[in-house]
Amino acid sequence: MNMLRGTLLRREAGIAAMILLFCLTVGLYKPQFLTVNQLRVILLLVPLIMIAAMGQMLVIVARHVDLSIGSMLGLSAMLTGMMFRDLPEIPWGVGFIVAIGTGALLGLVNGALVTAFRLPAIIVTLGTLNLYRGLTFIVSNARQVDRQFVPSALKAMSQTSPIFGIPWIILMALGIAALAYWFTMHTRVGRQIFALGSNPAAAALRGVKVNRVTLLVFTISGALSGLAGIMYASRWGFVNPSNTGFGFEFQVIAAVVIGGVSINGGVGTVLGVMLGVLLLGCVAAALPLLGIPGIAQGAIYGAVILVALVIDRSVRLQGIVSLKRMRA
Amino acid sequence: MSDNWTVPLLSARGISKSFAGVEVLRDVDLDLTKGEIHALLGENGAGKSTFAKILAGVHRPTRGTLNLNGQPVDISSPIVAQKLGITLIHQEPISFPDLSVAENLVLGRGEGGWFSRVPWPEMTREARRHMDLLDVAIDVTRPMRGLSIADQQMVEIGRALASDSRLIIMDEPTAPLTPKEVETLFGIARRLRDEGRTIIFISHRLEEVRALCDRVTIFRDGNKVSTDAIGKLDDADIIRLMIGRPLKEYMHKQNASIGEVALEVERLTLPGRFRDISFTVRHGEIVGLGGLVGAGRTDVACAIFGVQPAESGSVKVNGKLADIRQPDDAIALGLAFVPEDRATAGIFRSLPVEQNITAAVPGKIAPSGIIRRATERVLAAESVKKLRIRLASINQPIGELSGGNQQKAILARWLLSDPSILILDEPTRGVDIGVKAEFYDIIGELAAQGRAILLISSELPELLALCDRVLVMAEGRLTAEIPRTEATQEKVMQAAVPRAQRVEAAA
Repeated sequence: MNMLRGTLLRREAGIAAMILLFCLTVGLYKPQFLTVNQLRVILLLVPLIMIAAMGQMLVIVARHVDLSIGSMLGLSAMLTGMMFRDLPEIPWGVGFIVAIGTGALLGLVNGALVTAFRLPAIIVTLGTLNLYRGLTFIVSNARQVDRQFVPSALKAMSQTSPIFGIPWIILMALGIAALAYWFTMHTRVGRQIFALGSNPAAAALRGVKVNRVTLLVFTISGALSGLAGIMYASRWGFVNPSNTGFGFEFQVIAAVVIGGVSINGGVGTVLGVMLGVLLLGCVAAALPLLGIPGIAQGAIYGAVILVALVIDRSVRLQGIVSLKRMRA
Repeated sequence: MSDNWTVPLLSARGISKSFAGVEVLRDVDLDLTKGEIHALLGENGAGKSTFAKILAGVHRPTRGTLNLNGQPVDISSPIVAQKLGITLIHQEPISFPDLSVAENLVLGRGEGGWFSRVPWPEMTREARRHMDLLDVAIDVTRPMRGLSIADQQMVEIGRALASDSRLIIMDEPTAPLTPKEVETLFGIARRLRDEGRTIIFISHRLEEVRALCDRVTIFRDGNKVSTDAIGKLDDADIIRLMIGRPLKEYMHKQNASIGEVALEVERLTLPGRFRDISFTVRHGEIVGLGGLVGAGRTDVACAIFGVQPAESGSVKVNGKLADIRQPDDAIALGLAFVPEDRATAGIFRSLPVEQNITAAVPGKIAPSGIIRRATERVLAAESVKKLRIRLASINQPIGELSGGNQQKAILARWLLSDPSILILDEPTRGVDIGVKAEFYDIIGELAAQGRAILLISSELPELLALCDRVLVMAEGRLTAEIPRTEATQEKVMQAAVPRAQRVEAAA
């Protein structure tokens, strides 16, 4: 493992260093950025992103991309919220089944379109991004599910803590990350996802069931978006057809790409994605402190994605150049 | 090995294969014995690689049967082949660059379900054991990316061992290797043979075949022509068997008056590709450039045309030193280059034939920057008529035409720019025989008009029938220059087969 781990860990150490550098720089101007309270703010910003990022990571490692996660989050959250509102006698835990199930189904549709018609995932999920958002408006009659309908036990998950004062929602995100780690590193299908992304043609020749693996990654991405959907209701206490999950894909894809997952497929680690999510959380938390208005956030995320892509590409190119030198 | 004659490991009977109605392999019978290294020889396109791929499950035969250890088998996919103990090692191995060497070794064995555990420690141990068996020092925990081609081949051989393959097929494995790496590979191949495994070795290098192989099977035009112990044949026999088809009279070359030197290439060198290439082509002359695939012919053409310029040496056009750094420079000097791989380097598949034809002459169809549709249409229509391109409509996407007509359209494109020097790289590859004859007429006409033509071709009859002189390349060097009157298939082939010193070291 040593060398493979070694090359990968270098990337993670780089992101960790960037987080440190960023926090210290901001702390220099605004000392209140480096407080426990601020840490809490950051940590409460990131769980939803972290949960969806684990699914997105699998999709990108398999050389696809899932742009529809924000809309899958929105539709899952809306259906769950409407169930809470219209059928209050159903136990609130059922909400998880509804949310995750809805997400998985929507993700499966993405995967089916990609595999059955050999369509590029970026176009398919761009389509479903709008389709699912539109469905959210249709099923909800464009009406928000208000605070009083979201079960308080669900809302409590974002505030109360079973241990060390860490809220449930954060523990859940960490649990998902641990599960993702186990899945990517210690199951055969997990490794097949990496093989598929690394060389799709060879993967088929070596007996990887390419279509099934592709369906799986999109379904997982959908299911985790669904989970993020119900946790959105927990965190914010309402579900709105236009706001809930809107623009979510940008934060998640930014985090995944910053975390060192290569958009050329085959490369990515759970630890890297976690650090990418954290860095994004730090940036998001610093913006209001630095007096940068919320409306500029989109531009910042966009810039961050581009910077991460440029770094990724130049790291790869350098790798290839040094390889050529070695052979010459 | 001779005591094993009676129990072939694998026997093929009547194996035929057609691609899109074209038969590339006809009724091949072959028995492979246990514990032999068996060479497959033949010209490019003779069918040896197709046969190897059928054994490895990459292609399925159109007709014929395969028996493994006396049992009929249906090798329907590479995975089935792997399970039957047959591994094909490609020249440039197919691997997963982002996965570790150990994972590359075991992936595809298909054991365990989706969620079964990946046994990292066992996997690493096993991979180490196979690398140790091969006596190569590769850290199995590093990613595949960055390994040399030789090391990647070793990993592939390791994979064959890990799945306990009885038949290992090496498709031109030595081409990208250094002499020392070839030596290591041969040592390993001999050891595997002595363990009772069978190895199929595909190569163009007679010396290597002689140094390594026990028996040799020669393919020609999709037929197996002979299988013999290597000791029974000398080089001349082998070459005769490889090319021994009747020379067809394709055409009578038109008499062009040969004029001044149009293209003069002097000591052109691009390290790793070709070295010290010097030749001239005169106006009205057709000069052939023969040799095996990979001899560096296309690289020379690319260098002249500025696609990938040479590092040293000079190119003179019409007696003047030309500084060609990119294709634009070459086009400005009146050169045109019709590349071999029209799918990637030639056509715009989804665009109409018309636009494909006029693509190289923006100045003619759009003198002021705006395309004049009428001019474009007239130019394209004239070309279609002149080259007898068969199509339903000039607005048809070019991808719908047959290979030969696509090729004609590409040729038409370059003729519109009225080049004085024309480089054609395998212009008749994948073109059926009738259209081929038309091509030969066209090429002859072009020369008669006073153009200088450099014709790269792997087809000997084509070179002999068309060219005033034939240059031959082998392993990046010019090995012969044969005038039309003295050119024979044997002479060209003699010069084309590499005679590297390296094999003596390996043997």
